Amino acid sequence: MSNGSFGPLLTVDDLRVTFPTRTGEVQAVRGVSFTLGKERLGIVGESGSGKSQTGRAIMGLTPGHAKITAKTLAFRGRDLLGMPARERRDLRGKQVAMILQDPKYSLNPVMPIGRQIVETLKTHEKISSSEAKKRALAMLEAVQIRDPERVFSLYPHEVSGGMGQRVMIAMMLICGPELLIADEPTSALDVTVQLEVLDILDKLVSERGMGLIFISHDLRLVSSFCDRVLVMYAGRVVEELASADLSKAQHPYTRGLLNCLPTIGSDRHPLPVLDRKPEWAL
Amino acid sequence: MSSALSIRDMVVTYEDFAALDHVSFDIASGESFGIVGESGSGKSTLLRAIAGLAAFEKGTLSVNGKAYSGSRRDKQFYRTVQMVFQDPYGSLHPRQTVDRLLLEPLVIHGFTDIETRINRALDEVGLGSGFRFRYSHQLSGGQRQRIAIARALILEPKILLLDEPTSALDASIQAEILNLLEQARRDRNLTFVMVSHDLGVISHMCERLAVMKSGKVVETVAVEALEKREFSADYTRRLLVASEGFRRA
Repeated sequence: MSNGSFGPLLTVDDLRVTFPTRTGEVQAVRGVSFTLGKERLGIVGESGSGKSQTGRAIMGLTPGHAKITAKTLAFRGRDLLGMPARERRDLRGKQVAMILQDPKYSLNPVMPIGRQIVETLKTHEKISSSEAKKRALAMLEAVQIRDPERVFSLYPHEVSGGMGQRVMIAMMLICGPELLIADEPTSALDVTVQLEVLDILDKLVSERGMGLIFISHDLRLVSSFCDRVLVMYAGRVVEELASADLSKAQHPYTRGLLNCLPTIGSDRHPLPVLDRKPEWAL
Repeated sequence: MSSALSIRDMVVTYEDFAALDHVSFDIASGESFGIVGESGSGKSTLLRAIAGLAAFEKGTLSVNGKAYSGSRRDKQFYRTVQMVFQDPYGSLHPRQTVDRLLLEPLVIHGFTDIETRINRALDEVGLGSGFRFRYSHQLSGGQRQRIAIARALILEPKILLLDEPTSALDASIQAEILNLLEQARRDRNLTFVMVSHDLGVISHMCERLAVMKSGKVVETVAVEALEKREFSADYTRRLLVASEGFRRA
């Protein structure tokens, strides 16, 4: 996908994330490569597959003791690993933003919601307090919060999970990032609320022309939301698929993941289970 | 069919909040009954009230014809009814080995053939005696849930209360645990009461289900009716639509 003279939004080539442990090094991510334009890319895998660590490495949130290497890890052609910490901080929140799973833990519990959004804005832009508040309110309205004035002054514990996640989206999008990483953005929410939040996310991502990396364990959800899906297993990408071709998945792991879900109206007893082959993890 | 579990007008309140608001249903012996609803709908409170972990103020509960009230349960009750919880990380004692975990219910209920029962219980959940002296932190999430099931089954109960038994697990592990539960149900002719927010899981495991919202049962339908979309409550329809995934408008 072209992006004018800039080339791809994000280039990841042979990304590796290694954690030292008492029993030796553990590679959580083992050579992941992809490029991203202004599109919706899904990364799917089960726990321990390295999908979240991939997102965190791009965002620069990998724990300090871990080692990150890559042939290329570049945002708009700028090398992310080599850049000074200060430059990376400017980028983070301004041009690259991340939504985490549970708003209960990702929002500051002792600061009113409005102030948190204003704080993000003021960190990245020279802007007066009244102007910042105006923009924060407009953003809360954009994530379909009906009474933005009221929610602005509430603390995170005073709002529901769905509302909290909308606040999170508002805070992440207020600086107009070009790349948004959403790590299980709706997994902590009730099913009916999930759809509302996804709807809001979908509209904002397409209206504002962002690139999106959607990380989730839910293969069906991801493929209904994204254009393209990477399936990860044991730190590697085992298959890349266009979402429309989900039913044509080739890798036994992808097919196994699709098959093992119980669905309404299918009568399969017992459910097919995954027969994990050691060679998948090679 | 005789009813294994019968609930009439059960009410549980926390201060002024009605967590359960006059809930009634009957579950036949050998039936698998599902309860779906969103967080705060009262579905977990219902299971906890049955198990005696939450006291109910009004209404009646009878298990195999025997009436229980409030939160008092006798030993016989726990020989009949056992529960499996959502989070296998939280429901197993972190400083007890699997052996200790399985031993405790046997000692409480005065069993003597402990050795064979523990080995049999581990075999039945597909773990084998190699797991007997491990601590729960040495097990994966799926293995922990297998231990929790073994602990529930070791007393040979007739009714199993399942509170989101697979929602903390990966999809592939979920399939294994659901298969294990179905196998146990067939082998022992168990009655299941299963709570989940996932309609797919409930329709796979159960014959009948209740849809709960704000502490009330909105609707009770057979699973086939759900498949044919023969239900009346709008809320049931919304849950069904949500379970089908995201659709771009």
